[in-house]
Order: sequence, then structure tokens, then C-alpha cells
Amino acid sequence: MKYALLIYSEPWSGAPPSPEEAEANMAPWYEYTNAMQEAGVMLAGEALADIGTATSVRLRGDEVTTTDGPFAETKEVLTGFYLLDVDTLDDAIAWAAKCPAAVSGTIELRPLVELD
Amino acid sequence: MPGGSVRHHRTPTSRGARLTWSPEVEHVFREEHGRVLAALARRYRDLDLAEDALQDALVTAGERWAAEGIPDNPAAWLTTTARHKAIDRLRRENSYQRKLAVLQPLSDEEGADEVALQRLDAPVGDDRLSLLFMCCHPALDRDAQVALTLRSLGGLTTAEIARAFLVAEPTMGQRISRAKAKIQRAGIPFRVPPRAQLAERLGAVLEVLYLIYNEGYSASSGDAAVRVELTLEAKRLARIVMDLIPNAPETTGLVALMLFHDSRRNTRLDATGAAVPLEEQDRRRWDTSLIAEADKLLEEAARLFRPGPYQLQAAIAGVHATAPSFAATDWARIVVLYDRLAELRPTPVVALNRAVAVAMRDGPETGLALIDEIADSLAGYRVLPAARADLLRRAGRNVEAKHAYREALELTRNDPERRYLQRRLAEVTIAAP
Repeated sequence: MKYALLIYSEPWSGAPPSPEEAEANMAPWYEYTNAMQEAGVMLAGEALADIGTATSVRLRGDEVTTTDGPFAETKEVLTGFYLLDVDTLDDAIAWAAKCPAAVSGTIELRPLVELD
Repeated sequence: MPGGSVRHHRTPTSRGARLTWSPEVEHVFREEHGRVLAALARRYRDLDLAEDALQDALVTAGERWAAEGIPDNPAAWLTTTARHKAIDRLRRENSYQRKLAVLQPLSDEEGADEVALQRLDAPVGDDRLSLLFMCCHPALDRDAQVALTLRSLGGLTTAEIARAFLVAEPTMGQRISRAKAKIQRAGIPFRVPPRAQLAERLGAVLEVLYLIYNEGYSASSGDAAVRVELTLEAKRLARIVMDLIPNAPETTGLVALMLFHDSRRNTRLDATGAAVPLEEQDRRRWDTSLIAEADKLLEEAARLFRPGPYQLQAAIAGVHATAPSFAATDWARIVVLYDRLAELRPTPVVALNRAVAVAMRDGPETGLALIDEIADSLAGYRVLPAARADLLRRAGRNVEAKHAYREALELTRNDPERRYLQRRLAEVTIAAP
């Protein structure tokens, strides 16, 4: 069954990390992504650029409204996602629990709708 | 249970409605429901289909058995009939993908002989366990876990479950439907969890079972028959879990706790239907064989050296059960057990129960002081004013006791408790008008 693994965490608010810090921050993510790929469960996975780069678009009637910022101002924001193909929800839960963001953020699991 | 295709709505049956069946037939249905449903759920990996098929089979059974008598092997009869009903339903449905997934293996068996088919359908030891773990999966919220467990394993009707939890029937129906849809669409598996998750998931199952037991025991709904059904069902399932998952002392502890509670069943209400406090219960009418069994189970659990909250609560109940009288109760031991329980479950409710035990050991004033410390965290909990009132009464502080009993009466949810509190209120009012 296919699941979206949606990663919500608090955005980074401090000074931009040094190159060494950045590399150290990314190491667990490389490990995690590799593990998923090696297990043959990963369909896709991307990190999203920070909230400051977000643009929201709405079409109401004929009018397109474009605004600066995410769809909602929340404490935790969508920072990345994976698409997985696993046997059961329990397998997806196990992967979500291993996600580096799980310790401080929230990982939402949603099955993909498979259209007939 | 994988199968994320968009579901087409099936013809609803009057889900769980009871037509007029004889008590014997009704009894067989109740007995066999969980086992047969579990086997069907395993076969079809679709709880809705399994339940619809079983419901169809029950309707047919009701008619046929009334005319021909109850068959020797009702479970096999029901399972075979349900299988045919399942095929009928699937054929009427539009979902090509699902038909493909389910009908292919079925059509292979249509040629197979009846004996082989019966063997296929014979409930595997862990079918009911798998169903139970599925119903208690953490991806479902607690209310849904409880309702689904009672519906799927207990065979209670939606109306009965709604009455037990003081919820409108359509609301309960929706709760159950949503839970089943979540199972299907989110891929909650039909299985006993693998070893790595078993301990954690078992904890949730035990909590659900204890919740069900307590609901039946505490008599908060008006329907006596449903309440008894709840305690019986919870006990039955707890025993199954105990038998099928060995080396889990908390499960044994929970069964022991339930048996200790049961042993006092005959003395909990007086002739007028008022609740009788522990102090006044006639201990000669406590069921000694239940107490002996509970003791034995506790001992067995203790040999595994893995204490836990249910074992501790059972041990506390055990101290009461074996005390010759209220006065002769080993309160010091009870306090020690509560100390250990508070370490594992540092909740205000445990602190309150401990405070009462301390009061029995050291005198009401010490208990009252402890209760004052935690009173804020227990606002609205009906046992708090009742416990305070009792200790105030013992301390001779009758005016304050009067107010506390009045407070307790405002919060009480059941008749037997109300009558008991009213009696106490009358007593302290006479003492301090």
C-alpha cells in the first residue's frame, strides 16, 4: 500500500548554520533516505525549501490571488515528504518513527488514493 | 489489510439488529459471533464484508434453525453460509478490483470438497486475537477501539453499545462505520503484531478490555442486562488473550483483578438497590472460589518478576478479598502497594485512592490533608467529594461532610451510588443539623 509520509516540524529560526553544521544536520537524513531506498520501499522523497520561499495561490471565480507565505500560519510547517510503498500501516508507522524529524515534529501518514 | 481502492457502498443490512430469535439461538449467535467473524475477516481481509456476510448468515440461520433446530456445529454452519453470502454480495458489487482480489481464490475453491473448505475456515487459534489487535490499533481513537471491540468480538448490537456508553444510536453507528473505514483505507493489518510491537500493543488491548469491564461494573447506564454483558465479554476476551499470549503477567494481573471484583458481585447492592460500601459488605457472601482462582493467577504472574499496574491493582484487591473484616484489613500493605502503583502510574486518581488507604492506616485527618494537595487536579471527578465526605464523616466533621456529600450527589451518575450517598447525607445531617 502506498502512503505519503508528511513531515511537519518547526522551521529553523536561528542564524544560518555553518557548512559543517549543515552537513552534520543532513547526515541523519542521508542515512534515513538510504535505508528506505535499500529496503525498496521509497517511491519519492523531497525536502521543501523554507517557509520564507512559499507562495500561496487561490482561484476564486475568475480572480487569481497570489500571496506571500504558506497556506496557513502554523507553528509546525510542512518541511518535506516521502512516498512509500509498504505492506501495512504498521510498516509505514515504523518508518515514520525512524524519521529524524519525528523526535521533535509530527509525521503524518496518509494512504495514497489509488484510482481504479 | 491492504486494499486502498475506492470503496463502493454496499447494500446496508440493519446492522446488528436482532429479529425475534429464541433465547437458545440468540445465545449461540452471541457465543459464536467473535470466532466466526474473525475467521471471515482473516479470509476476506475486509471487516465490512465479513460482518455483512455474517449478518446475512445470521438472518438465514434464524429462519432455518427455528424450523430445523440448532445444528451440531453451529460455527461451521454459520461460516459456510457466510462464505456463500459473501460471494453473493461481491457478485452484486461494482468494484472490479476488489472482486478480482477476493473472487479469484474463492472460485478456485468452488471445486474443492466440503471437508477441505471446512478446514480452511476453521478458526485459527489467533484469529480472534488478530481481530482484537486490529480493533485496538493505535491509529483508531480509544472510543472507536472500545466500540469496535464490542461489536466485532462481543457481537453486541450497535444499540446495545450505544446504551452502554450513553451515546445516541446513530452516533455510535457512525463511530463504528468510521473506524471500519479507517481500518480498510489506512491499511490497518489483520494480525497479532510482531514481537517488537507486541508489548506496547498488548497494553492498549488490556486498557480497552478494562474500560469495557469497568463500564459494566460501574453501572453508569440504566440497562442492567447490557452491563452484565460488558463484564462477561471483557473477562472472556481477557482470558483468551491470557491463554494465547503466554508470559504476559499484566494480562494475568488484569484477569485476576476482574475476578476479585466479580467475587464481591453479590454484596455490592442492598435489597433496596443502594450501593453497599466495602466496609459493610457481608464477606461471607464473597465468592471464595473466584478469590482462590484470582490468588492463584496473581501468584503465577508474580513468578515472572515483571510487576505492573494491573498486577498491583489486583494485589490491592487481593488484600481486601482475603481480609477477614474491614477492621482487620492490612492497610499498611495496601499503602505500600499504592506507593508502587503511584510510581508506575503517577495519576491524581491513584493519589486519591492512596490517600484513602493512608487515612485508613493513620486516621482520617492525614488522608484529608493528602486529598487537599491534589484536589485541584481532580475537579469534577465524582469520587473526590465522596472520598472527602467519607473521611470528614469519620473525623466527626459533620457539617463539612454534609457539604461534601451534597457535592458528590451532584456529580453521581448512577442510582445505587446516589442512594448510598443520600443515606450518608441523612446520617450526617442528623448528627449536625
